[in-house]
Amino acid sequence: MEPFAHRHLLDIEGLTRAEVERILDTAEAFFEVSRRPIRKVPTLRGKTVINLFYESSTRTRTSFELAGKRLSADVINMNVSVSSVSKGETLQDTCRTLEAMHPDVVVIRHWAAGAPSYVASRVDCSVINAGDGMHAHPTQALLDAFTIRKHRGTLENLIVTICGDVAHSRVARSNARLLRLFGCEVRVVGPRTLLPTAVDSLGVRVYDRLDEALQGVDVVMVLRIQSERLQGALLPSLREYARTFGIGSKQMALAKPDAIVMHPGPMNRGVEIESAVADSDRSVVLDQVEAGVAVRMALLYLLAGEATESPAMGEAG
Amino acid sequence: MAVAILEATSGIEDLTLVGIRRGGVALAARIADEIAQAEGKAPPVGTVDISLYRDDAATALPNPKIGPTDIPFDVSGRHVVLIDDVLQSGRTVRAAIECLQDHGRPARVWLAVLCDRGDRELPVAPDFVGRTIEVDDRGRLDVWIDAAGPDRVVLTEGE
Repeated sequence: MEPFAHRHLLDIEGLTRAEVERILDTAEAFFEVSRRPIRKVPTLRGKTVINLFYESSTRTRTSFELAGKRLSADVINMNVSVSSVSKGETLQDTCRTLEAMHPDVVVIRHWAAGAPSYVASRVDCSVINAGDGMHAHPTQALLDAFTIRKHRGTLENLIVTICGDVAHSRVARSNARLLRLFGCEVRVVGPRTLLPTAVDSLGVRVYDRLDEALQGVDVVMVLRIQSERLQGALLPSLREYARTFGIGSKQMALAKPDAIVMHPGPMNRGVEIESAVADSDRSVVLDQVEAGVAVRMALLYLLAGEATESPAMGEAG
Repeated sequence: MAVAILEATSGIEDLTLVGIRRGGVALAARIADEIAQAEGKAPPVGTVDISLYRDDAATALPNPKIGPTDIPFDVSGRHVVLIDDVLQSGRTVRAAIECLQDHGRPARVWLAVLCDRGDRELPVAPDFVGRTIEVDDRGRLDVWIDAAGPDRVVLTEGE
């Protein structure tokens, strides 16, 4: 098999189905490492990974940090929201500063869509997008795919309903793209104000009614409702949302009997998901967390190998 | 070889076999079968994949396919026989020992190989050798031990 054909992971777009499968297969091997008595392998000894976070995100940062450390890489966390930005440093200057530190991988989370791609074009190392604006969150989509495949045995031709604030969700976007590669039927449901205007470009079906959207599905993906949305008058109240689009046991009964429910976290119990569902044996929320470390280990491993002259994932062409 | 292993190690009770992927896996199963025939009981068998422990892991291109490391027993305090088909540089064995130590602290680690082709790059010596075969560094030595066909060891001379 040839070496991995990408230097960066910026988006699911640009990945082939075979490449997604390769990442997931590699993650299977790393999954076992986290369950050993000694949860560390020497693979990336001497490599440096910088986590550059412009948005606070404890779980994604922790997941990347653990992934790097379990591979023996040196992991540095730069929480930029409280350092350079407040001092007025531009992204370009931050890139130059990073460059001078000679990292092998930069993991970036940024509030502006496209920032990871900008950084990738300006630094001489691999860049992983850990979520940018409303654009993409490819590692979340990959860990979700890993979790689905583990529970359903396959990713092919499943029916998946993404429920909630799809318009503002990079998680929804990246997941929809990935699942469409495997021929899944992807449904989105939520208040019209929270559905994207150009939903069709993702190849998804739009539903207004939750009960119709959940009929016979294999996977229910619940998105986090952010209370900021209330301020933009996109949502009248959290209680009304919970009544109309919250996932409870009654709603889950419409899905297939062995359907699973997922949530990228952190959950708003009683808003988008009821505790009865979140704590049921259909909930795979904690499996998603475990999968996250394995998938990120796989990506660090595949990308931090010898630098290759190859196109970035998520770049056109 | 099964007999030699039984004689040298302190009996079946503490004995475990670990095949090094991929060539050592079938061989480990074969040796376990023979021990089972002699003793009426097979030792536990595991496998290791050394991709993550290669000494060039961080500089070489990533290994495309990492197989499972599966050691379904505690190695601490036990006799572990590492098994591979061909021994050459010794680098694979070094990596396998490191991997094994991440699973516990064996009382003793042994090394059994079907073919020793020499040309060591590390101070590694096997405890049990099926056959020593002189191969110059351009030659290839291929071993097949699986259910698919007859057992074969094929030596291809370098040009």
